[in-house]
Amino acid sequence: MKNSRGTMTKVSRDNLGTIIMLAVVFAAVSAARAAGLVNSHIDGLLVPICVYAIMAVSLNLVVGILGELSIGHAGFMCIGAFASAFFSKLTAESMGAFPRFLIAILIGGAVAGFFGFLIGIPVLRLNGDYLAIVTLAFGEIIKNLINVFYVGRDSRGLHFSIEGQMALGLEPDGEMIINGAQGITGTPFDSTFTVGFILLMISVIVVLNLTNSREGRAIMSIRDNRIAAGSVGIPVTRYKMLAFTISAVIAGFAGALYAHNLASLIATPARFGYNMSILFLVFVVLGGIGSTRGAIIAAVVLTLIPELLRFLSNYRMLIYSIILIVMMIVNWNPTSRAWIRRHITGRFRRGTGAGEEG
Amino acid sequence: MALLEINELSIQFGGLRAVDDFHLTVEKGDLYGMIGPNGAGKTTVFNLLTGEYKPNEGVIRLDGRDITGLSPAEINRAGVARTFQNIRLFRQQSVLDNVKIGLHNRFRYSTAAAILRLPSYFRTEREMDEEAMKLLSVFGLEGEADTISANLPYGKQRKLEIARAMATGPKLLLLDEPAAGMNPNETQELMEDISYVRKNFDMTVLLIEHDMKLVAGICEKLTVLNFGRILAEGDTKTVLQDPEVIKAYLGE
Repeated sequence: MKNSRGTMTKVSRDNLGTIIMLAVVFAAVSAARAAGLVNSHIDGLLVPICVYAIMAVSLNLVVGILGELSIGHAGFMCIGAFASAFFSKLTAESMGAFPRFLIAILIGGAVAGFFGFLIGIPVLRLNGDYLAIVTLAFGEIIKNLINVFYVGRDSRGLHFSIEGQMALGLEPDGEMIINGAQGITGTPFDSTFTVGFILLMISVIVVLNLTNSREGRAIMSIRDNRIAAGSVGIPVTRYKMLAFTISAVIAGFAGALYAHNLASLIATPARFGYNMSILFLVFVVLGGIGSTRGAIIAAVVLTLIPELLRFLSNYRMLIYSIILIVMMIVNWNPTSRAWIRRHITGRFRRGTGAGEEG
Repeated sequence: MALLEINELSIQFGGLRAVDDFHLTVEKGDLYGMIGPNGAGKTTVFNLLTGEYKPNEGVIRLDGRDITGLSPAEINRAGVARTFQNIRLFRQQSVLDNVKIGLHNRFRYSTAAAILRLPSYFRTEREMDEEAMKLLSVFGLEGEADTISANLPYGKQRKLEIARAMATGPKLLLLDEPAAGMNPNETQELMEDISYVRKNFDMTVLLIEHDMKLVAGICEKLTVLNFGRILAEGDTKTVLQDPEVIKAYLGE
């Protein structure tokens, strides 16, 4: 029995390490801000970094832990963003900032989760490439659908159309809430670094605790060997669904955080398109597929690098891509991994053998 | 009533009748063997029996309940567990976790208990650890509980697969060539393990095997398959002396 308890503490220690790492970084950044050491440019990046880190945690649950390739995750973020911003816009005058934002975040998560569940029903019966293709299409469809949504409000209540602003027939004093391709403008700026950090922490704790549980093991068994999982009585579709839905809820949180940090929320390809979904996938892959901690670090580093390289002006993206390639090689090359383990991680950790969670 | 009753079972892949009019009756407590040349359809019978394939015709009854056409997970929960000819472990997981995944349907706590780390999480996880360690010690694997299962030597991987199948609490255990690739010592150990499991867990075992020493040593009854059809069945001794069997399988 000593052995099994030893395993538990090793995994728990790893997870605790991730949580402490986040808390320390948060405390350090907060202190630096209070001391005025953070310039406004970097300061403006703090909320987006939290958004991307949460997206990395969310996608890692599907790609790294469930083992299914989803390349439409920006779609869930988009749903969360618009659902929460819609709510905040509706209640902007009638509610206090704190309860409004709290409910907006919950609505963002719930609506994204609902769509995750709905889309999961047909999609999760597919495997591998087919699943990736359908999630890709889903992300694009969501973005395009939102671009033709027109919702307005006047004294007679809410009006909805997919034809255009005119079709709503608003009274002169009516206001537009979602204005098609112009999106939602004037969402309250409720997102702060602290809220972002708390949401990131909640996402991390949910994913780590889920992974290290009976249902998490069932989810990982599907990744490791689907046929064997079925043969020991794991309801494969149900657990795929669970992981996919939880991941969508977390992406919805990220969307809510994102939306309340923007003056105007528009479903453009740059924000919610295919490239964003791929960027999230890059976080997960570079972080070491399956590692929550790695995904967060990759998200933070890869969001900061293009900004820190601004002084290189035109050469910025060139250097960025070289850094990506070097990271990939260093991350996956056995020799460099052994070197990192010996010289860097080895100093902090006594146990041998690579832990899976973290 | 027999524990397992298969009648008129057939499956066709394109123009090939891989299993044709197969029948089998396994009584509770039997140690039943299935032999036959390569490609005779033995593993296909297992795949039909565990829901991997859906039969074109036929009925499979477990303890009187019709389980034909159920999904693999449903059939496992009805009481059939199996191992695979080409080992299928959860390779990235520890030996202990492999068995704990096998225990999945026998222990429960809610998703909320897992995420919020409620007391029921710790209590149930401890019970699962104990139960899993008990099973591992039956197969002499208790010392490797923390090893990543892909790093186990081959013979132990096969044993772990049996332990994982046993963890699901089956009424019937299907072993698909459990001794394949084992040396004589490992095979001997395996025979002892199978006999032990059968006695101490009151288990009924149906196995596919090519190792005649193992088959003749522990199986009481045999069915011989050839080209998807039953060639002979009955007592191990009688079957192994059947001239048809010797001609088709053992060589003259």
